[in-house]
Amino acid sequence: MPSISSYAAYLPAYRMPREVMARQWGGHAMPGERTVANFDEDSLTMAVSAALAASADGASLDAVLFASTTSPYRQKSVAATLATVVGAGPGARTLDLSTTLRAASGAVMTAFDLVESGSAARVLVAAGEVRAASPDSFDEQSSGDAGAAVVIDSGKDGLVPVARASISEEFHGTWRRDSADYVEGFPGSLDAKLGYGRVMPEVIGQVMAGAGVEPKDIGRAVICGPNPKLAMGLAATLGFDPMSQVEDTLWMVAGDTGAAQPLLLLASALEKAEAGSLILWAVYGDGADAMIFKVGKGVASARPQPSVASQIEMKRPLENYGKYERFRGLVKRGYMNMDNSSASVLFRDRREILELCGGKCPECGALQFPLDRVCVACAYAGGLEETLLPRQGRVFTFYENHVFPHPDPPMIEAVVELDGGARFFGQMTDVGTGEVSIGMPVELVFRLHHDEGGMHNYFWKARPARNGKGDNSE
Amino acid sequence: MSDIRDKVAVVGAACTKFGELFERSAEDLVVEAGLAAMADAGVGPDRIEAAWVGTLSSAMSGNALSDPLKLTDIPITRVENYCASGMEAVRNAAFAVAAGMYDVVLALGFEKMKDMMMGGLPAPHPVIDNGEAPHVFAMTANRYFVDHGADKSTLAKVAIKNHANGAKNPKAHLRMEVSEDKVLGAPMVYAPLGLFDCCPTTDGAAAVVLCKAELAREFAKDPVYIKGLGLSVSYGRPQFDPGFAYDGFKSTRIAAAQAYEQAGVTAADIDLAETHDCFTITEILNYEDLGFCERGQGGRAAEEFRFALDGEKPVNPSGGLKSFGHPIGATGVRMIYEVTEQLRGGCGERQVKDARLGLAHNLGGQAAVAAVTVLGKERS
Repeated sequence: MPSISSYAAYLPAYRMPREVMARQWGGHAMPGERTVANFDEDSLTMAVSAALAASADGASLDAVLFASTTSPYRQKSVAATLATVVGAGPGARTLDLSTTLRAASGAVMTAFDLVESGSAARVLVAAGEVRAASPDSFDEQSSGDAGAAVVIDSGKDGLVPVARASISEEFHGTWRRDSADYVEGFPGSLDAKLGYGRVMPEVIGQVMAGAGVEPKDIGRAVICGPNPKLAMGLAATLGFDPMSQVEDTLWMVAGDTGAAQPLLLLASALEKAEAGSLILWAVYGDGADAMIFKVGKGVASARPQPSVASQIEMKRPLENYGKYERFRGLVKRGYMNMDNSSASVLFRDRREILELCGGKCPECGALQFPLDRVCVACAYAGGLEETLLPRQGRVFTFYENHVFPHPDPPMIEAVVELDGGARFFGQMTDVGTGEVSIGMPVELVFRLHHDEGGMHNYFWKARPARNGKGDNSE
Repeated sequence: MSDIRDKVAVVGAACTKFGELFERSAEDLVVEAGLAAMADAGVGPDRIEAAWVGTLSSAMSGNALSDPLKLTDIPITRVENYCASGMEAVRNAAFAVAAGMYDVVLALGFEKMKDMMMGGLPAPHPVIDNGEAPHVFAMTANRYFVDHGADKSTLAKVAIKNHANGAKNPKAHLRMEVSEDKVLGAPMVYAPLGLFDCCPTTDGAAAVVLCKAELAREFAKDPVYIKGLGLSVSYGRPQFDPGFAYDGFKSTRIAAAQAYEQAGVTAADIDLAETHDCFTITEILNYEDLGFCERGQGGRAAEEFRFALDGEKPVNPSGGLKSFGHPIGATGVRMIYEVTEQLRGGCGERQVKDARLGLAHNLGGQAAVAAVTVLGKERS
């Protein structure tokens, strides 16, 4: 029986109190705060962070599915990039699901079909979203950015589907035209009442009937939605106890995270789930998807680090709307001033760039990056062994660049001595002036390096270790 | 290996005013330095048998020199070795004379930086950072602070000393004294390096006329003799070298060892030095790498002003890159000019007393290219 064997979610470090946005534009402030992807994060990088935390063992993946309504490319497979970063072989099937808020639930159902049919043994589904919310709108306050991932395989101990239901509808709830930068919607309560309020009870009714269960049988109801009022109101109407049964939408601490929300909330629920209990998962968008799962022992004891609960606390306040404008590209300036992009170099060096593949010298054993032809330590010229480098280490030395135009100044760069001895050099991220010191434990994270030159250039950056313990321990 | 000692003499040396020369073109600078160096030697262009020109990126090919000076129909080679391009021009010219191929040659370095938004080194890879000059020095400073207990006020002493010297130099770009408060209060640039820890970007040119040592007395002024010419290139991406300690630069140590051996001298014999103080921390490490003090003692030497103009071994009496300025391709030639003038006794207010043996040290890239030249007043 296929099941979800591992999972993880990723919340970007920056949080903006909604009051900051209200103050910027004037008008009503919604309560709480929202996650804001850093300038070097997008739906892919957040999906990667979640996928790596979900221990997606790349080599064994047969398929990699990427779900987002805010893919960094309109034409180009981002799932293929994701597959390369996590180390899936070239034989893995890749698929991008976009344009619907049900991209992730659709991907999960497709993944179950692939495993059930025997055409794949192990499938990664990763979602990421940087919401396309219009500046000066309630959407901007209400939205949040996140990533989340699950791995589906034939393990019996995972999250096992008991029933599923889907309703697909031609309906303009919210949408974004191909020519539009921001999400649009029909004014008033049409989407809430005629869309969400009609189709969600219907799909939940279908899946409950399919599983032959009543609300009281459900351990955790994960009811996705654009805001807690709709989700909680629906749950109460259906007979769930909002306090004890319904998973928090994380709206107050993260916001409506769009296509990433279904997997983010599922991860949040799984962190507290007891083996043997049932989880209801309902997802809205152009219709609705619903599944009921039984929590297996394995997934109940899996506790990916850092947890959603701990990431809610690991935050950097963003109380400056100008920085938000820079992060989302609302002001145009050549911040990075790096216009060198080369499709041939990105292809040739894809393992170094995307997998952080370095070299090990067969003669002297030195681990090194980049993958030079001749050993940096002993000049052995017979060729280095390709080696995936550890992504943890310590700052050997660093500096702060206070003159380079940068969206989150100063630009801090560090030489990192990776575990095993290889040296990495590059930018630091999610960190500010005066926060870096020699010897500090760091981890390398996959981020956008620069955008100039007509293509997205991704690479690794060093971030203060964020495993919940403030050090590098596993 | 053959010996370079006393085979080549500097018989003409010249340098333009350094600075932000918005009203002067690269052509103006090359012509002024080239003609002045020939005039200093008392020769015309007809005596120049071959020439070398150093520039990082202001021009390409031998035409960089031939066209401004109309010095055509002779062999001219453009050389480039990062910020050591200037000394590379002198070095190649000197070896050609020492080889017996030419009697009289010209070496010229220049850079016109202020016509473009220029700074830093080219970055040929989209994401793997091949590094630029400032960060290796900034990161070395942070490491030096932790390893040797120095701090930003240690670095400031270098700026104070070199600006004090440069204030006495009419050709200097930043001709002013600075106080410790001014240095420490300046904006951060590449932290921990602030504005006054960094040399400026400068326009300028310098040139020297070299000849076979046997002919040196035929020219207009006192010659000085090349005693040693070292050059060493180490791995250019130290940030990826698992063994790089950020405690100094092997390139300088090896180039200095070559030059001392060729000259038959030790660091203790050097009366004055022009060293590559692109950043204040660099000069502190130069003291150590050139053997002017023990490893790890450079910071203390700076704090004690041991290498001030009236100190035991004046370093950068010209003001150095810090105050004289740093037109990249010109700097190495400018150093040869300064040491030549010091050994000839023509430096006025900044003259080092009893200078007989001088050293010039030109560093390039991420300190991976180092050239060291030893010059002497007498032919032994």
